[in-house]
Amino acid sequence: MKALIHWLGNTGLSNSIKTVTWIIPGVQVIHILAISVVVASMGMFDLRLLGWAGKRDSIAASAARFLPWLWGALLVLLVSGSILIIGEPERSLDNTVFQLKMALLVTAVCVTLGFRGLLVRDLSAGAVDLRPEHGLAAKLVGGLSLCLWVGIVTAGRWIAYAG
Amino acid sequence: MFDQWLEELEGTRVATAISESTWAFPTIETVHVLAIALVVGSITMVDLRLLGLSLRRRPIGELLVEVLPWTWISFTVAVISGALLFASAATHYWGTAPFRAKMLLLGLAGANMLVFHFAVHRRLPAGATTGESALAGKISGGISLCLWIGIVGCGRWIGFV
Repeated sequence: MKALIHWLGNTGLSNSIKTVTWIIPGVQVIHILAISVVVASMGMFDLRLLGWAGKRDSIAASAARFLPWLWGALLVLLVSGSILIIGEPERSLDNTVFQLKMALLVTAVCVTLGFRGLLVRDLSAGAVDLRPEHGLAAKLVGGLSLCLWVGIVTAGRWIAYAG
Repeated sequence: MFDQWLEELEGTRVATAISESTWAFPTIETVHVLAIALVVGSITMVDLRLLGLSLRRRPIGELLVEVLPWTWISFTVAVISGALLFASAATHYWGTAPFRAKMLLLGLAGANMLVFHFAVHRRLPAGATTGESALAGKISGGISLCLWIGIVGCGRWIGFV
């Protein structure tokens, strides 16, 4: 890990990111805006799964509406996050809070993908929406995802302070 | 007068407790970031709808009723947490350009919202989808989107000066 950080920190790309003063703040702003999109769209979807909001729409309709925003914003987060890591590898890669954030992120994405798989299977088997017997799974996924995203944002902000 | 008030604010027990503690500032800041994410994310949904770029089949009025309560709750949390962060170093923040720019942009976003609400939205027939005053909605949505991007930008910039 130390060798990777050393190598990454000395690449030409890393040096240009560090020397141009506006790149890191600018990319952080893009990163925060994309996080807003994820938090709002996942918040709406998770609340629908919990049955606390948006009940006018089916779970399938809610997934079709909000999940594309999640994938789009995640792509922006991946690119902007990578630029921040390349610019300051020692600040992130070696930081326990950063590692925790990545673990939470992978878990959140897997939970949502797993649930999406369940929904797609129910729909392709001819159901109009998620089958009622999967209602408990939907509630668990909604609650878990909500907690994971709050954890991801919190860990993200704490990278600057701890680790 | 105002400078003296800022100093007094900075000297209050709450403000000194935040600036002297190692965990209070990051914790309040985390709450602030989460609240802003909800404010900006929910306003973006409304703005994209006004611009006609998403949720086109849903009447604007219906979307506003669903989304705006969340926006206001999050906005209240953002204002309270932001005020606490500001109090911890009031004289410093007041003197910085990005802080002043952020407050100015927030004022403009508020004014834009009031204009949209009273001059456009309240005059729409109930259940209107698009058509009537679609252009006014688009202008308002576009301005709002730009202002909120600027607000997030200035907010992040405050941490660098």
